[in-house]
Amino acid sequence: MIQLSNLSWRFLRVWRRNLIVYRKIWKVNFMVPLLEPTFYILAFGIGFRGLISEVSYDQHPLTYTQFIAPALVAISIMYNAFFETTYASFVRMYYQKTFDGMMTTPLSLEEIVLAEIVWSATKATAAATIMSMVLALLGYVTLPQGLLIVPLAFLGGLAFGSVGMVFTGIIPSIDMFNLPTFLFITPMFLFSGTFFPVAGLPAWAQTAALGFPLYHLVELSRYCCLGLIEGSILVSLGYLTVFLLIFFWISLVVMRRRLIK
Amino acid sequence: METDRAMKSSQAPPSTAPPLLEVRELGKQYNGFTAVAGISFTVQTGECFGLLGPNGAGKTSAIRMIYGASPPTAGSLHVFGLDITPDWRRIRARIGVCQQDNTLDPDLSVLQNLLIFAGYFGIPREQAKRRAKELLHFFALDKKSDAKVGDLSGGLARRLTLARALINEPELVILDEPTTGLDPQSRHLLWDRLHALRARGTTFILTTHYMEEAAQLCDRLVIMDHGQILVEGTPQELINDHVGQSLIELTGTQQEDLQRFLQEKNVAFDVMGERLVIYSNGDTALEQAIHEKFCSRECTFRAATLEDVFLRLTGRELRE
Repeated sequence: MIQLSNLSWRFLRVWRRNLIVYRKIWKVNFMVPLLEPTFYILAFGIGFRGLISEVSYDQHPLTYTQFIAPALVAISIMYNAFFETTYASFVRMYYQKTFDGMMTTPLSLEEIVLAEIVWSATKATAAATIMSMVLALLGYVTLPQGLLIVPLAFLGGLAFGSVGMVFTGIIPSIDMFNLPTFLFITPMFLFSGTFFPVAGLPAWAQTAALGFPLYHLVELSRYCCLGLIEGSILVSLGYLTVFLLIFFWISLVVMRRRLIK
Repeated sequence: METDRAMKSSQAPPSTAPPLLEVRELGKQYNGFTAVAGISFTVQTGECFGLLGPNGAGKTSAIRMIYGASPPTAGSLHVFGLDITPDWRRIRARIGVCQQDNTLDPDLSVLQNLLIFAGYFGIPREQAKRRAKELLHFFALDKKSDAKVGDLSGGLARRLTLARALINEPELVILDEPTTGLDPQSRHLLWDRLHALRARGTTFILTTHYMEEAAQLCDRLVIMDHGQILVEGTPQELINDHVGQSLIELTGTQQEDLQRFLQEKNVAFDVMGERLVIYSNGDTALEQAIHEKFCSRECTFRAATLEDVFLRLTGRELRE
């Protein structure tokens, strides 16, 4: 049984441990979000410019690069959080036995799981912030509204970090993370209104896209970057919040089942 | 009979203080498998208590319940007079655990391992630094302070694990096979440090496969098998009660005659493949007789050890 009384601010001590490790290679950690958008913008901006003249979003004509730039930020939030609580957390849990060591101290498993998820959201926020700064310099994010990316990235990071943690709790071996990546992350990456508007999809696929957390994150990211949104801010925020709470709960259940024997 | 005697003699340690650890009818089942089947024992403050047993006997399961990483499925467990189930956090703040697996944090340096771990206990930074420095010195790790944990040898890593277990100045230290896989030098250094800690009054619970280690370090111990406690007592009591003071080991021929001889004389012995172990228990006349009549070849007369007790009680067949 999950005991919420096992949750306290002590989780920040585990979060701090991850921060200290992250800072050791901060240059590498900063390099990716710094360069990634630049590559994408160059490739798509130059490559697709001749093919796609403009995309209509929220009844506004956007250049293709303007359209995909906020989606790149959302994708980066998803990747950073999801891969942190899957591969990275799994390595700490299974190979390094870091959690076993922590569980000889006054830390609860619930606090360790929460810390991992909050850490993944922190990492996602750092990446999204750096990325939006680059995109703002290139003119694809309007300021100061673009600063809203920071809290949005944290929320999105918690959501994707939680679902990643669920997979860590149930997966038998590290190679099997290929499965959720292929079946869950990749379809979302492609069909969440990221590289083309969902309006271009058949009706059933449009409805399906509404179920993707990334769709809502992309919508909100466009709102933060451009001030435009086709759906509803509140619905998307609500969806991400409920999604996060459900998967956080499941992650506590499966991790407890896995580690407390 | 013998078991009863051992229990009684060890149930009355000199102190009348409440026990530091009290385990009653403790049981653990997972997925229909019984790892621990109702064990009871107490550990007094300042004692070194050993949990011995072959692989799969339930030692680690018992240990994990004691530090609250595994909820008991039967019985009760009190540490410092606190119940482990509601009070696990308060208990863990006062104990140190040296696990069997290497759980050191390979992403951090030696010093950081101690400091971050101190953080998990909520120890203030300055105090943690001071304590970490003392511990690095105590375990002769001063020069390795900035080394990566992954670069440490087995002996150094174990020393660091023990140092880390002591960061919160625990009243009770739990050691799960602390010297397994170490070279004799590292093992002796570790024993030396454990003796020093014992002299300061720290209480220990120890599991080990090395009977020499248990005999040297433990005031009292239990031998477990199949999730149950077989015997409890001081190392010397267990030796006296179960194998006597001395024994004779011999290999090779003429065993049938010898066995008949022993049966006539009513002397205890065990047959282990090619080898015969005779529990002569200091009977020099008997030893003399066996020496003259049966010891044409390999015959060893020696003092009995805890290992003989262990093998006699848990059998010789391989466990895994």
